[in-house]
Amino acid sequence: MAKSCPVLPHFALGVLVVAALAIWSVFVGVTDMSIGELWRSGWNDEQVQVLIESRLPRTIALVLAGAAMATSGSILQMLVRNRFAEPSTVGTAEAAKLGFLIVLLLFPEASIPARLAAAAAFAFLTTAFFMRMLRDVPLQSTLVVPLVGILLGGVINAAASFLAYRYDLMQSLASWSNGDFSMILRGRYELLWLSLGMTLLAYVYADRFTVAGLGENISTNLGLRYRSVLTLGLIIVSVSTAVVIVTAGMIPFLGLVVPNLVSLTMGDNVRRTLPWVALLGAGLVLACDIAGRILNAPYEIPVGTMLGVIASGLFLYLLLRKHDRLT
Amino acid sequence: MIAARNLTKAYGAKRVVDDVSLDIPRGGITSVIGPNGAGKSTLLALLSRLLPPTSGSVHVDELDVATAPGDVLARRLSILRQDNHMTARLTVRELVEFGRFPHSKGRLSTEDAQRVDEAIRYLGLEDLSDRFIDEMSGGQRQRAFVAMVLSQDTDYLLMDEPLNSLDMRHAAETMKLIRKIADELDKSFVLVLHDINFASHYSDRIVAMREGAVITHGTPDEIMQTGVLREIFEIDIPIHELDGRRIGLFYR
Repeated sequence: MAKSCPVLPHFALGVLVVAALAIWSVFVGVTDMSIGELWRSGWNDEQVQVLIESRLPRTIALVLAGAAMATSGSILQMLVRNRFAEPSTVGTAEAAKLGFLIVLLLFPEASIPARLAAAAAFAFLTTAFFMRMLRDVPLQSTLVVPLVGILLGGVINAAASFLAYRYDLMQSLASWSNGDFSMILRGRYELLWLSLGMTLLAYVYADRFTVAGLGENISTNLGLRYRSVLTLGLIIVSVSTAVVIVTAGMIPFLGLVVPNLVSLTMGDNVRRTLPWVALLGAGLVLACDIAGRILNAPYEIPVGTMLGVIASGLFLYLLLRKHDRLT
Repeated sequence: MIAARNLTKAYGAKRVVDDVSLDIPRGGITSVIGPNGAGKSTLLALLSRLLPPTSGSVHVDELDVATAPGDVLARRLSILRQDNHMTARLTVRELVEFGRFPHSKGRLSTEDAQRVDEAIRYLGLEDLSDRFIDEMSGGQRQRAFVAMVLSQDTDYLLMDEPLNSLDMRHAAETMKLIRKIADELDKSFVLVLHDINFASHYSDRIVAMREGAVITHGTPDEIMQTGVLREIFEIDIPIHELDGRRIGLFYR
């Protein structure tokens, strides 16, 4: 709602930095490639093919997934009204994995959209159940919320592991659990455009999510249909999470760290913060992926692992910095 | 006028609000008093559609609270409750801007912006307008929320224990401010108050509740009598008159 003109130059600068990271990301990899070389060789067929089949899809996937997961965290924090909420601390991610697994077992022939719908529905119902549960638990501390959520996720994860172990699907489960973009190829990432749709949808309804973050009473006072906003938000989060999990695997902590960093400096007016959250989410995932490809070349460190290390460090910093802000 | 008819809210067999029929006229300040558990806050929540009643109805002027669209009602009546939960981290100005949400749906017109400025000025928050509400003192935050409902520009403003957790100075300032808004801007307030002396000093009408029922209502002079207060609170409160206002000495 507020005029955002003074920050526009900063945002433009941020976009430039992320664009630079994206270009860098395109030209990092096992096959040597540079713009100059591509130009000199007259767009050599083999290199162009690598570019189109692997490099560009990977970079696009990183940007879309990063933006979507950071946005999901932001929306969840507003809906749950807790700074520690994100898809991997409220059961959403685990439920999506279990959903995929069950569809894979019961309907092995199911189309990708059908699988996705089932996983998103699982994620939606579990997160809704979690929020229903929170209404009944008299919460003494903000830390109780993520603890209950992680507990719920753990139970679901145990069920998923049991099923996966029993039916020899451990590999699938592992690939959903740890974000890794090395397998991204043309034709195997396009679902992620759906998560872009979700991110844009979140922006369209940004004001409603901010009001929801002020609580049910104030939302009702301002004439908002609180339940509808919750439902919409959970759909955005569930679909985004399910899409990211099935294409690249879960990117943990991103939805926790990025919105918190943005909130510290800019507050929680979603209309204003969401562009930053999406941008920084994309930037952080790009940076982690590039680092993961360079540090241990020619092998790769999965982006989920890289991010786990960096983001948990950042998160500890946020946690210890000024505790009263979190309550 | 806010008109409640046979309003009942029951949780299982317990009737928290029990068959309340009440007319709250337009204008001035109406205070709701009563002991803990009398159903004051629940009544306020029922009047403002935060809770659905078990039975009975509420009308705000011609609007039936149960069926009127949320945003239509939000331009007629606002409700402010105490909520200690973490809220979204907004600046004072952003919060007050969201008070215009029922009118603007997020896109502020020039008129909306003007109302926001007025509300901020009215509460003396100009210097704090870019501060985050979670970094302010309880009294300042309270003023920011009052500014939000003020910019909402409704005929009726309902407030549940607006003096809760405020010290003496801020409590008195808040009540003076509410009186000023009621008089100058022609708004109608319904307040849940714990302190009978604030109710006595600042209200035009007092509604007394006990065990879910409205047991009496009237002017402060009618309610502030030892006999009447004994019926409400079950204690003997000597009443003294000071500068034409009645004060109950319940401290002993």
